[in-house]
Amino acid sequence: MRIKAQVAMVMHLDKCIGCHTCSVTCKNTWTNRPGTEYMWFNNVETRPGPGYPKRWEDLDRYKGGWILKDGTLQLRAGGPISKLANIFYNPNMAEMEDFYEPWTYDYDNLIHSPKSENLPVARPQSQITGEYIDKPEWGSNWDDDLAGGSEVVPLDPNVEKMQEHIKMEYEKTFMMYLPRICEHCLNPSCVASCPSGALYKRDEDGIVLVDHDACRGWRFCQNGCPYHKVYYNWNTHKAEKCNFCYPRTEAGLPTICSETCVGRIRYIGVVLYDADKVKEAASVEDPQDLYEAQLSCFLDPFDPEVEKQAKEAGITEPWLDAAKESPVYKMAMKWKIALPLHPEYRTLPMVWYVPPLSPIMNHITNEDELDTDGYIPAVDQMRIPVKYLASILSADDEEVIRKVLLKLTAMRVFMRGKTVGGVDEFKQSELVKEANTSPEEIEDMARLLGVAKYDERYVIPTGRREMDDDLYYQQGACSLEDLAPKEGMNPTFAYMKAREKDHETG
Amino acid sequence: MTDIFWWVIFPYISITILIVGLIYRYAFNQLSWTAPSTEFLGKKSLRAGTLLFHWGIIFAFIGHLMGILVPIEVYVALGVSDSAYKFGAIYGGGFVGLMVMAGLIILLIRKATVDPVRVKTSFADYFTVLALLFVAGTGVYMTIIYNLTVVHYEYRLTIGPWFRSLFTLQPNYELMSAVPFIFKLHVISAFALFASIPFTHLVHMFSIPVKYPARPPQQYRSRSNYREEQL
Repeated sequence: MRIKAQVAMVMHLDKCIGCHTCSVTCKNTWTNRPGTEYMWFNNVETRPGPGYPKRWEDLDRYKGGWILKDGTLQLRAGGPISKLANIFYNPNMAEMEDFYEPWTYDYDNLIHSPKSENLPVARPQSQITGEYIDKPEWGSNWDDDLAGGSEVVPLDPNVEKMQEHIKMEYEKTFMMYLPRICEHCLNPSCVASCPSGALYKRDEDGIVLVDHDACRGWRFCQNGCPYHKVYYNWNTHKAEKCNFCYPRTEAGLPTICSETCVGRIRYIGVVLYDADKVKEAASVEDPQDLYEAQLSCFLDPFDPEVEKQAKEAGITEPWLDAAKESPVYKMAMKWKIALPLHPEYRTLPMVWYVPPLSPIMNHITNEDELDTDGYIPAVDQMRIPVKYLASILSADDEEVIRKVLLKLTAMRVFMRGKTVGGVDEFKQSELVKEANTSPEEIEDMARLLGVAKYDERYVIPTGRREMDDDLYYQQGACSLEDLAPKEGMNPTFAYMKAREKDHETG
Repeated sequence: MTDIFWWVIFPYISITILIVGLIYRYAFNQLSWTAPSTEFLGKKSLRAGTLLFHWGIIFAFIGHLMGILVPIEVYVALGVSDSAYKFGAIYGGGFVGLMVMAGLIILLIRKATVDPVRVKTSFADYFTVLALLFVAGTGVYMTIIYNLTVVHYEYRLTIGPWFRSLFTLQPNYELMSAVPFIFKLHVISAFALFASIPFTHLVHMFSIPVKYPARPPQQYRSRSNYREEQL
């Protein structure tokens, strides 16, 4: 057993309102430099839709992630030898067209144009060439809220896979938001794709990072990641990706996307896993077994044996305490309501999603008269087809999705019963049995999902810094800048002080 | 005196600039050490250009090793006749030389015309491509045209021994005085190009990821251990 700790995230999709605050704050923090305009370390996709970049789930085209060939786990795009043979031209890599040509607007014209009969306009201007773009034709959220309609929805590879035709009539359309960051996988295919060994997984917290000094711009990570969350900076010719805001998490603060999330959908916590089991778990035969296989990698932080071995492996007391309080452990491993995104890619992703409950289709006319057990078949009649969710979150295993939706439905029925009556009926019902839950568990779930207190959503132990020899020199340094400035204030520290003060004064 | 300059001083100066420059850049500016791919900005016409150029130059490099670094005595001992060598050198070498030139011309046109790529092309990029084109052009000219129309020049008796004598620090510059002008031009321009490498994106040729196939696919790096390794 080789115990390692991983900082992971859960996103509760029921609460996502698609406001893009996460994307915008992330962009302002990390990717507002030349060469990074098109990079969205965090983006929110409207599903069904092609996503960003266009059709990133199209494995035949980009060849991301892993594949099981003759019983061994291999990169879908090819192993080291074929990578070296293709190093001068990567046929599977996405190009700017698959993202979009970043643009700004000629705001200057609004201020400085001479007096004229018509109002001056701010024309779109390419951020790469500086030339005017007559008509931008695609952008990062071009299809937001299904605005591409029946022209864009069929581009979704999940929709293509579904046999029945997805109804685009107004009454039958469905829609959900899918916020995405780097998955910080247990078995990252970007790391394995990097010829220079510049990508690595941090031992302490499992965050996947790019060493910019070692990166040589070979570009295999960009399509090696099946989630397309490693980006190529066309200005510096280096790879960049979501870094889980490690300067913040090391200080015990949530990532910027989580901190600013309006719907409070994000949860961050520590999980312990056995690194020796990872390869085995990623190599199970049936893609539908990958979810359970991944769950088997995680260790129970309350098990004294695990605790003992974790301490031997150098995991400190605060980290173990955090693992016990971890919202991610509760939601993904204990209650099993959070699912990994596309487990069939075999990367063992570590950003988990609680699938959304959607309105029950309107042929169930009078919900008030529905008895408790009547909700069991209703789960299959929700507006977002279980099949679609299964295609995204469980390698097409609809039973997994059904179980989660049943549990969430049971929670809803029970919590409503507490105010309008019906708790006793609920306790005897088939629903509670089928959902495999209990009133106690539901109370805990409802508190974490519904009340969602700040310090219950984010249980992040601080990173260890005592071995660093020159902290004073690094104050105020940005990892993406070349050299640390000689003096400066630590923004994180000042921020924490200000927050403490806020709390004191109320 | 001119012979001493061109065949002793100049090569050593270029090689010194190359080595010192590479070490300096590796030590102090690795952040800029990368393959300058513009594939992201547009794949159109890149495939043919980059594949022709890169594979061409790899085979050209192997050809130069065979012609310049391997002494003629080895060929004699192996029983490779002059005519067989000549045939391989002229047609094989000429073919890869043309590959390199065709690739470079496609890349140059792409750099000058495809919009996002054009904007991102710096002086150093144009310099590199034009310098490579010049070196490759003289190489192709002497391999194909000079050898076939004027005389097949046996460089294995002059340029080869001179080049090898540079490594033993006993440069035998007299060998170069009777070499035809076009060959001299090729050698001098190549050494000038070597000296420019540390200042352009060409440094990526020293980053061939040879260790990759032997490396375990997953890499963990500990924050504290990494620091210790660095110190």
